[in-house]
Amino acid sequence: MNGLLKFSTKRSNWAIPYFIFLLIFVVLPLVLIVVYAFKDNSGNFSLQNFVKFVSQPEAINTFIYSIGVALITTMLCILFGYPAAYILSNRSLNRSQITVVLFILPMWINILVRTLATVALFDFMRIPLGEGALIFGMVYNFLPFMIYPIYNTMQKMDYSLIEAAEDLGAKPSKVFWKVVMPLSMPGVMSGIMMVFMPTISTFAIAELLTMNNVKLFGTTIQENINNGMWNYGAALSLIMLIIIGATSLFSDSSEAASDNEGGLI
Amino acid sequence: MSNNNSIIKIEHLSKSFGDKVVLNDINLEIKRGEFITFLGPSGCGKTTLLRLLAGFLRADEGTITMDGKDISDMPPHLRPLNTVFQRYALFPHLDVYDNIAFGLKLNKVPSDEIEKRVRKALKMVSMTDYEDRDVNSLSGGQQQRVAIARAIVNRPKVLLLDEPLAALDLKMRKDMQMELKEMHKTLGITFIYVTHDQEEALTLSDTIVVMSEGNIQQIGTPTDIYNEPTNSFVADFIGESNILNGMMIKDCEVSFIGHTFECVDKGFGEHTEVDVVVRPEDIYIIAQTDNAKFTGKVTSCIFKGVHYEMFVETDNGYELMIQDYNPFEVGSTVGMFIKPSDIHVMRKERTCNTFDGTMLSPTSVEMLGAEFECRDCGLQAGDKVRVRIDFDKVDLLDDQEDGTLTGEVHFILYKGDHYHLTIKTDAGDDIYVDTNDIWDKCDLVGIAIAPDNMRITKRI
Amino acid sequence: MIKKIIAQSYLWLLLLMLYAPILIIAIFSFTEAKVLGNWTGFSTNLYTSLFSGGVRHSLIAAIENTFTIALLAATVSTALGSIAAIGIFNMRGRKRQTITFLNNIPMLNPDIITGISLFLLFVSLGITQGYTTVVLAHIAFCTPYVVLSVMPRLRQMNPNIYEAALDLGATPFQALRKVIIPEIRPGMISGFILSFTLSIDDFAVTIFTIGNEGLETLSTYIYADARKGGLTPELRPLSTIIFATVLLLLLIINIRAKRNSKKLINKQTE
Repeated sequence: MNGLLKFSTKRSNWAIPYFIFLLIFVVLPLVLIVVYAFKDNSGNFSLQNFVKFVSQPEAINTFIYSIGVALITTMLCILFGYPAAYILSNRSLNRSQITVVLFILPMWINILVRTLATVALFDFMRIPLGEGALIFGMVYNFLPFMIYPIYNTMQKMDYSLIEAAEDLGAKPSKVFWKVVMPLSMPGVMSGIMMVFMPTISTFAIAELLTMNNVKLFGTTIQENINNGMWNYGAALSLIMLIIIGATSLFSDSSEAASDNEGGLI
Repeated sequence: MSNNNSIIKIEHLSKSFGDKVVLNDINLEIKRGEFITFLGPSGCGKTTLLRLLAGFLRADEGTITMDGKDISDMPPHLRPLNTVFQRYALFPHLDVYDNIAFGLKLNKVPSDEIEKRVRKALKMVSMTDYEDRDVNSLSGGQQQRVAIARAIVNRPKVLLLDEPLAALDLKMRKDMQMELKEMHKTLGITFIYVTHDQEEALTLSDTIVVMSEGNIQQIGTPTDIYNEPTNSFVADFIGESNILNGMMIKDCEVSFIGHTFECVDKGFGEHTEVDVVVRPEDIYIIAQTDNAKFTGKVTSCIFKGVHYEMFVETDNGYELMIQDYNPFEVGSTVGMFIKPSDIHVMRKERTCNTFDGTMLSPTSVEMLGAEFECRDCGLQAGDKVRVRIDFDKVDLLDDQEDGTLTGEVHFILYKGDHYHLTIKTDAGDDIYVDTNDIWDKCDLVGIAIAPDNMRITKRI
Repeated sequence: MIKKIIAQSYLWLLLLMLYAPILIIAIFSFTEAKVLGNWTGFSTNLYTSLFSGGVRHSLIAAIENTFTIALLAATVSTALGSIAAIGIFNMRGRKRQTITFLNNIPMLNPDIITGISLFLLFVSLGITQGYTTVVLAHIAFCTPYVVLSVMPRLRQMNPNIYEAALDLGATPFQALRKVIIPEIRPGMISGFILSFTLSIDDFAVTIFTIGNEGLETLSTYIYADARKGGLTPELRPLSTIIFATVLLLLLIINIRAKRNSKKLINKQTE
């Protein structure tokens, strides 16, 4: 038996090409971000990029402003999305599967097209672009990403738990606060991940929604990379990665991923 | 000593998954054309052995020789044997004809011959006219027939069958058993069959290999295995039986349930502790008590279709299972006797628990991965010792916390007036316990041993 | 009952808000007015000029690029991801956890990070960025989704059928081609469509890996256009077309998923 045949007989070996691919195109690039972040322009190890970040009020301000926008967007998405997800998953309030699909559909449309559509809406209603448009556009863009995971968790919820609570004498409001709410928290958590992460990292959206008047952290990173400041750009990316890593500690990221299994719709 | 009569020879075959030893030094010779069955409870290693033969697994150690050729490292597609899988494993995207023709097409057999052979195979499994059917539309029994046809159409020298009837209902199973037996006769090839159903094994096989925990317990013909089990495991596993503690008084004389019986076994020595097996149908039960060997009271009587199954409490307080064509009323006093040739005497594998340990201090000993208190018998810390504990001197506790050790009930044997349990400790050691309490398999127990019940001797 | 009416009107209000922008664009793509909101009569001129005008030549190229990139990326991702899924499915313990974790990274990483990290990879390896780098980048973020769509099919598959094929004399490659692939094909097709959609939709990763040789995809084209002059009239029919295409693809995925689950139910009840 030749070597290749022996190798291919063991099916766990079949993942090896992809494993190598992942190492080159996922792991190595992330390592490069770290490497570039700790180098100065001449290629020596240095903390200069981080010093620059901390010492420049402009960068810090953008950073804090972006987190603020992301937080506000996330909160508004929970505020609007949670009731929608609750209604969608509640059999006595909504039986139609079409409404569910309609809420999930926009997740799959090009983010630029969606953003331009918001711009069109504001144009149409003769409302000037600016901060308000930015927040509206963000919520508009990311609301489905909040509704979907919450809906998913609520749908999988064992209905007999609610009946059990009612049976034990809980009023509808009590049932909601004591049973439905706590059980839906994992969905809210992955919703937060799916909204907070992209909002903090967007770049083009803010540009289009505010006629380039408001700058977000993602835009700063993109500008630096485009202008050849790779090391500084990498350092800023690393900072963003750390923020996102910290967020994902709050929610179980692997759960969010396994929710996606088998297609989003 | 390989001769023309043997087709497969298995030598020193071992296989482990991680830390778990699944097969432990298996040696076996399979005769050409025989119907051999690997029989044992789940987890005994029988399926692993079959998969090693098929080539789906590689052994850690040992060799498999087929027709004098070492096939241990041969990949499955080159091995001249075919398998019938437990859950059929038919290809769902192919119809019946293409499923059966699969192997022939791979071997580039001309298409007109393929057609001839597929039809013949279908006829053999009584599935003529089913060629074009979608396999998903077939019933379980039909799917299994197709799976058998798919295997035999390739004319393998050996057919491996992995619990092929386990998923079928009882009636269908009985029919298929007969057909398999018939097929074996017609084809004249070797059948290697895996099952946990002892009745099936007894019905079908020329040779039965009884396995337990990765070891072969006994190899023999169905009658040998049924009538002359080598140990209490085999006796308990094959058929119904009364397994009792006994004492060999001298050749051809054994005492158990408080009486002395004539028997046909010899060579055990005098006054040796033995296990005695009596099949429930071998105890003769009569209404008179005068001429009986011993007497008892019927405690239950259930009709089992052909015979009645009764439990009788004997004059000395032992419970026996008896099968007879005539029912006896519950509460009635009956007489019983047993023919000498129906008493099967087996050497005891052990008469008490024996563990190796180390003294930690004159009054404590370390063994089985725990520290036990013991009586001071003049030994020093660090002394290597052997500890013996009688089966009935081990205490089992409901609450795991209360024991020195924790374990799980692994195997239960009823011995007429008490239970003989095998307890697997969390560290994987076996402790044997005689008890009157009723435990269930897989119960978690605490294990305690009183200091006075340990017999400690120094190891040399 | 009142509760239900309130709930339903809340849903539809939210949906109206979600779809109003797209509807406005779609409606006003059928008029020629420069300013959005003015209706100067029905016309398909914006559509025709989109494809015929000489100035717009780069748009045709961008559309072509978008589709060929998506086709290439989806094909390679499907092949790579399906083989990988079979491998991962047969792995145990630590190894399986590691590769599953690595497989999740591209899905959890924000696009901008994926884009920049790949950008850094290509520049530090000295690879000129262009068509090939975009395709590679798209394969990198699409393949995990293929793995995830194929996995459930593998889990449903009778584990013995691969062994049965080997047993009947198939080599591992023949067993793959004749038995496993037919079994996981629905998962592979879903993975392919998913990859195709993701690739067409992508903007953030593309912009960092496309280089500056003048190569454009639809996303970068729209971005460049919108950046110059906001929402130009030409973008209206273009957005409408993209929206309609994605809608169609999603409908196909949905119908397939429904049919598969129905088939599964039928099989179970048989």
